[in-house]
Amino acid sequence: MRIDSIKNGIVIDHIAAGKAKEVYDALDLGKLDCQVAIIMNCRSNKMGKKDIIKIDNDFDVDLDVLGYIDPNITVSIIKNGERVEKKKLQLPEKIINVAKCKNPRCITSVERDLDQVFYLANREKRIYRCYYCESKAEKKG
Amino acid sequence: MKKFIIDPMDLSVEEIDDLIALANDIIKDRTRYQDVCAHKILATLFFEPSTRTRLSFESAMLSLGGNVLGFPTANVSSASKGETVSDTIHVTSGYCDIIAMRHPKEGAPVVASSACTVPLINAGDGGHNHPTQTLTDLLTIQREKGTLKNLTVGFCGDLKFGRTVHSLLKAMSRYEGTKFVFISPDELKLPDYLKEDILDPMGIEYKEVRSMEEVMPELDILYMTRVQQERFFNEQDYIRLRDTYILDEEKLQAAKKDMIVMHPLPRVNEIKTEVDADPRAAYFRQANNGRFIRMALILSLLGLQNEVERL
Repeated sequence: MRIDSIKNGIVIDHIAAGKAKEVYDALDLGKLDCQVAIIMNCRSNKMGKKDIIKIDNDFDVDLDVLGYIDPNITVSIIKNGERVEKKKLQLPEKIINVAKCKNPRCITSVERDLDQVFYLANREKRIYRCYYCESKAEKKG
Repeated sequence: MKKFIIDPMDLSVEEIDDLIALANDIIKDRTRYQDVCAHKILATLFFEPSTRTRLSFESAMLSLGGNVLGFPTANVSSASKGETVSDTIHVTSGYCDIIAMRHPKEGAPVVASSACTVPLINAGDGGHNHPTQTLTDLLTIQREKGTLKNLTVGFCGDLKFGRTVHSLLKAMSRYEGTKFVFISPDELKLPDYLKEDILDPMGIEYKEVRSMEEVMPELDILYMTRVQQERFFNEQDYIRLRDTYILDEEKLQAAKKDMIVMHPLPRVNEIKTEVDADPRAAYFRQANNGRFIRMALILSLLGLQNEVERL
């Protein structure tokens, strides 16, 4: 299968196989007007299988969102067909309106206009907790 | 001291020591403190009913010569009209000098603190935090045992959902030489995250057992909680386990002569009334201490802790 390389844009690589849709939704890529290619289950020496997303336009990627989903994801900025920058992700200390608290007893379930805030509680185990009720963030898949 | 006391861990060990010392001084001579909060207003905003906690806050403020205002349940507040916590606090903090707030939603006091212009005390947010209960427990332990160090604390009953247990565990973990014994059925064991996040990293000695008889002689404190039927999937399991965790005089025979029995109350049947007459039964003294530690906390948050010297 052949996907054309992009001239100016972004390549989000090393996404764990099957997670591309989650990245697509989290970055709200459906709103973009440009071409977006989602490539799933690519062969990878390092990962066995992986997903890739190519975005055919310059776009301000929210690195905190990606870092929260998986800090092993890489983001490459492509200009004139060349990679000009490769961004390494980190686990963000705090994420706002990325995950939603699932605790039905949490104040976020009733208070209007309240941001969904999670903080990094355990870096080693990648555990995020709700800033309000301290419930663990439940990641998809 | 922070302006908002939301989690018991908002207070340092030194601040807790100061609060306990102040509460002990109040207990020694209450009359010296009876006018210290004159003309100050405590608002008790109880979005969920809790008569005991509300009365203890109101009693604390009245004992300091202050005034109280508030609503006892959410259906008489504007919350019933759909007002946000943030707006309610924004408005009411203009009517008082300090707020004690209880809310059924966990984390509500965090939201409240962002809109609050006066000191605020969390009087319980759902099953989450209840810092004045923890302070009451610490004052009780200090008064009964004379120290908060080198104590073996046994928690018995519902250790999975009991917020008083989780909070006191965190608070006691900061004192040198603390050991824990967790007595519960498998269904109600202490959640793993408390072991992984607190006990293991701090190198605190603990063990988990199923019956209280086998550990009774080791304990300095036995902290009882209620085993609630609704936590079990079937009634048979509940009935099988319920009686295991009932404290009576016979079980107390094996305990140290100076061990104390604590309970956050209300109790149902987990401590037989025959135990009440035993000098080791500290739970009613514990409930009584709640008023004095709240007096100390109100004074400290209002910056009036040294005012008694001036009067």
